[in-house]
Amino acid sequence: MAEFIAYLIAGIATGAIYALAAIGFTLVWQTSQTINFAQGEFVMLPAVLVLLAIKLFGAPIWLGALIGIAAFILIFGAGFKLAVVDPMIRHGVLPLAIATMALSIIMKEGAKDAFSAEAQNFPSFVPTETISVLGASISLQHVAIIIVAFAVIGLLQWFVGSTRLGRQMQATAQNPTVARILGIPVERMVLLTFVINAALAVVASVLISPIYLAKFSNGEVIGLFAFIAAIVGGFNQVRGALVGGLLVGIVDSLAAAYISASYRLAVPLILLVVIILLKPEGLMGRKEERRV
Amino acid sequence: MKMQWILAAALGALSLPALAQDKVKLVDVVELSGAGATAGTNWKNGIDLAVADINAKGGILGKQIEIVHYDTQTNPGNSRAAVQRAIDEGAYAVLGPVFSGPIGASMQIAQRAEIAQLVGGEAANLTKQGNQYLFRTSLSQTAAMPKIAKYLKDTVKAGSVAVVWVNNDFGKGGRDAIIPELEKSGIKVAVDIPTEQGQADFAADAIKVKNSNADAVFVYLNEEESARFLRAAKQQGITKPMIGETTLLGAKVIELAGDAANGVKGHVGLSIDAPIPAFQEFGKKFQAKYNYASDHNGLKGYMAVYMVKWATEKQKKFDKKGVADTLRGATIKPSDEPGILMETTIEPNGDLDRESFLAEVKDGKQVITATLPKIKP
Amino acid sequence: MTAPATHGSATPRQSRIAALPASVDGILVTLVLGAVILWFAPVGMGRYGTYVLSLWLVMSIAVMGLNLTLGYAGLKSLAQAAFMGLGAYATALLTGKLGMNWYAAFAISGLITFAVGLLLGFPALRVQAHYLAFVTLAFSTLIWLILRNEQWLTGGVFGLSNIPRPSVFGLKLDGALAFHRFVVVVTFILAIALWWMIRSPWGRAFMALRENPVRAASLGVDTRMYTLLAFAIGSAYAGFAGALYAPLVEFIDPSPFSLSQSFFLLLMVVAGGSGYLLGPFIGALLGVVLPEWLRVVGSLYLIVFATIVMLLLIACPQGVSGLLERGWAKLTGKNNLAKTGAR
Repeated sequence: MAEFIAYLIAGIATGAIYALAAIGFTLVWQTSQTINFAQGEFVMLPAVLVLLAIKLFGAPIWLGALIGIAAFILIFGAGFKLAVVDPMIRHGVLPLAIATMALSIIMKEGAKDAFSAEAQNFPSFVPTETISVLGASISLQHVAIIIVAFAVIGLLQWFVGSTRLGRQMQATAQNPTVARILGIPVERMVLLTFVINAALAVVASVLISPIYLAKFSNGEVIGLFAFIAAIVGGFNQVRGALVGGLLVGIVDSLAAAYISASYRLAVPLILLVVIILLKPEGLMGRKEERRV
Repeated sequence: MKMQWILAAALGALSLPALAQDKVKLVDVVELSGAGATAGTNWKNGIDLAVADINAKGGILGKQIEIVHYDTQTNPGNSRAAVQRAIDEGAYAVLGPVFSGPIGASMQIAQRAEIAQLVGGEAANLTKQGNQYLFRTSLSQTAAMPKIAKYLKDTVKAGSVAVVWVNNDFGKGGRDAIIPELEKSGIKVAVDIPTEQGQADFAADAIKVKNSNADAVFVYLNEEESARFLRAAKQQGITKPMIGETTLLGAKVIELAGDAANGVKGHVGLSIDAPIPAFQEFGKKFQAKYNYASDHNGLKGYMAVYMVKWATEKQKKFDKKGVADTLRGATIKPSDEPGILMETTIEPNGDLDRESFLAEVKDGKQVITATLPKIKP
Repeated sequence: MTAPATHGSATPRQSRIAALPASVDGILVTLVLGAVILWFAPVGMGRYGTYVLSLWLVMSIAVMGLNLTLGYAGLKSLAQAAFMGLGAYATALLTGKLGMNWYAAFAISGLITFAVGLLLGFPALRVQAHYLAFVTLAFSTLIWLILRNEQWLTGGVFGLSNIPRPSVFGLKLDGALAFHRFVVVVTFILAIALWWMIRSPWGRAFMALRENPVRAASLGVDTRMYTLLAFAIGSAYAGFAGALYAPLVEFIDPSPFSLSQSFFLLLMVVAGGSGYLLGPFIGALLGVVLPEWLRVVGSLYLIVFATIVMLLLIACPQGVSGLLERGWAKLTGKNNLAKTGAR
C-alpha cells in the first residue's frame, strides 16, 4: 500500500505539470478553435529565453527573466495571434494546426541553434527540499506546481464568471456573432486569450524547467502529454485540463510500475481511446452543438 | 544522353583537380536534429575543433581539410541520402553518424564505395557484420561491460543489482551486454527497468528501484536523463551505490544533478577528466571555443579526424581505400600522432582497444581511482 | 501544370461536369509526362540525386493515401507513418527473413494495412468522424512501441538491415537507377489507380461526402461505408509506400514511423494542397526534397524550411496547389474557382 501511495503521489506531481501545460490548449480552443501544436514549445521556450538573455547581456537573473518573459509574451502571445492565427482562422482548423506544427519546428531549432543543444540547469524559485506525504516523498517544487495549477484554474474560472472582461470573453467564446452584435470587441477578447495563454506558458516554464531542465526538445514530451490531457479532460473546459492532466500523470506512473515500463506510453493513450468512446466530449467537457 | 555524359565529364575534369590540389574533403554525417541532436552536436563540435587545429598546423600532407556537416535528422532514410551525397561529392572519408539506426542505414553505402566511415556508435552489433570499412571511435559495449561487472562484484561486492537503461540503441545495447556479464559473475538482476529517450520524470522508476532492495544500481542512460534520474533517486531517498558508465560520470551530469551526483562510481572510456594531460588540454580548448564542457562524443569526433590524418600520413598519399586498409589492425600511439590523445589499437573488425578508467564523483568532481589496461595489452 | 487538374476536384458539381473532359486530360497528361521525365531524370545526377528522387516518390505514395483520407473524405488520420511502418516491416520480414518474392510482400503489405484500417476505422467512425484523429493518435504510438519493443520480430531499436531489392523478369534492381525506374513505374500505377478511383462514381461519393455530409447522406450515400473505405484505401497506400521504402533504404528502424512523422505527412498533404490529385507530389517535394536543397544554408536549414511552410500556409491555406489554382484563375480570368479547395 505504501508503495502504491508513493506511485500515486509521483503521478499527481507529474500530472500537475501536464495540467499546467494543458490549460493553454483549452484556452485558445475555446475562443478561437485553434489547436496549437507548438504548445509544448511555448512552455519550453521562456526558460531558454531567460537563460539566453542572461548569457547574452550578462544580466542579473531577474533582469534576464524580465527581458525573456516580456519578449516571449509579446511575440508568442500577440504576435502569434496577429501574424499566424488571424490570416488562417477562416480556413478551418487544419491549415492552422499545420502552421503551428511548422512554428514548433522553428521554435525548437531556433532554441537549439541560438542557445544550446544541451540541457541546462534553470534556477528554482521554490526551495528544492522534499517533504513526506503519507510516507511518500514529494519535492516542494512539485507541490508548488500543484498549487499553481489549481490557483490558475480557479482564477480563470473566477475571471470568466465574475468580471466584466471575463464575461465578455466567455460570450465571445460561446458565440462570436452574437457577442459582436452586443458590442463586445470580439477581436480584442480573442487577442486577450492569446496573451493570457503566453503568460501561462511562462508560468509553466518557470515552474517546470528547474525540474525538467531547460532544453530545446522538452516541448515534444510536454506537448504530447498536455494534448492527451486536454482531450481526456475535455477540450472546451479549462478545468478539464486539470482533471485530464492529473489523470494522465497518475495513469502513467502506475502503468510504469505495475503494467510494463517499455509500454508505459501506450497506457494513457488507451485510456484516451476508452474515454473518447464512452464520453466523446471528454470527462469535464460540455457537448458542443457545433456543425461539422 | 551522350551530350550529358560529355558535359558531366568536362565539368568533372575542370572542377576536380582544382579542388583536389589544395583541399581534402571530409564529410560529417551526423544527428544535428531529432533524438540524437545533443550527442550529434558534441560530435560535430569535436570534429570542427580537430579540423581547425590541423588546418592551423598546415593540414594533412600539406592540404587543408574542408569539412562539411550533413544532418541525418536521426532518420535512416535521410542518413542514407547524406552518406550517398558525401560519396557523390568525392568525400575522402565519412565521419559519423553516432546513433546506430542511422549508422545501420548508411554503412553499406560507404562499404560499397570502399570509403572509410568512422562512427560514434557503441552498440555491439555494428562491428559484427563483416564490414571492412566501418571503424568505431570508442570502446564497444562488449568491451566495457565485463569491466563493470567485475567492478560490481569485486569492489562494490553487490549480490543483486537494479539495471536502469534508456530504451534506445545505446541503452538497449548496453543492457543486453551487461545482463549476461552479471549472470556470469553470479550477480542477481533485482529489477530491469527500461526508460524512454528524453524522459523527463523518473519518479516512478526511482520508486521501483528503491523497492527492489538491490545492493547497487547500474544506471545506463544518456547524460541528461542520468542527471534527472540521480535527482529523482535522491528525492526518493535511495542510498545504494550508483554505478555507471561514461554517461553517468560526465561533467554534464555533475553540472545538472548537483549534489545528487556525489558518490556515483563507475567505468569511464573517454573523459575530459582522465588523468592524461592531452585529454585535459582538449577539454580546455573545447570549453574555450564552445563555452561548455565536451562529453565523450566531442572526444570521439575529435579523434575520428585524427585517425584519418594518421592513416593518410602513414600511407603518404590520398588513397580513400587505403585509409581503411591502413587503419585496420593498426595501433596509433600519441607519440606518432598527439591528436589521438591515447594509445589506440584498431581491431580488424573495426572495434577499438584502449586503456580505460575507474572513477567516482567526489565533491562535484570526477576523480579517477584506477586505470584499467587494454584488453589485449 | 496542376491547375487543370484542380478543376475536377474542387469545383462545385455543376461546373465540374462541364469541365470534366478537360480536367481528365490535364491530370493524365501530367502524370504520364511526369513519369517519362522521372524515368530519364536521374541520368547524370549521381546516386544521391537519384536516391532523393526515389525517396520523394515513395513519400508521395504515402501522402497520396493520406490525401484520399483527408482531402477527399475529410478524415484526419494521425497514423499514416505508422501504416507505412506496418508495410515496411511486413515487406522487410517477408522478403528478408522468409525469402518471399517482393510482389507478394507488396500485396500483403497493402492487404494488412487495408484490413487494419478497416478494424481501426470501424469503431471510431461509428462515433463521429473526428474521433478517428484520436484513435489513430493512440494507434500510431502503439505501433511505434511494438516496433521498438518486440526485438525478436522487428529488430527493435537496432532495426532490420540487408533488406533485398526486388527484381523484374529475373533482372536484379540493385542499382540506384534501375530501382529508381522501378519506383517510378509503381508510383505511376498507384497514381493512375487513384485518379481512376476519384473519377469513378465511388470517388464522386467521397467528394459529395466531404463537401456536405448531410446532403450526401440524404442522397443515399452510405456515409459510414464510404468514409471507412476511403480511410482503409488511404492506409493501404501507406502500406504500399512502406513496401517500397524498406528496399529503397535497405534498412529500417522505428524512427521514420513515429507519431511525429505522421504529423509531418499531414503537413505534406496540407502544404501541397489537400483535395488536389497532384497535391501530394508537391507536398512530398516540399517535405523531402526542399530540405535537401536547403542544406546550402547550413545549420539553419530546418528553420528556413519551416518558415517557408508557415509563410506558404499563411499566404494560402490551400497549399501550393491552391496557390497555383489562384494564379491560373487570374491568368485565365476565371474567378469562380478561387474559393473552394481544402477544408
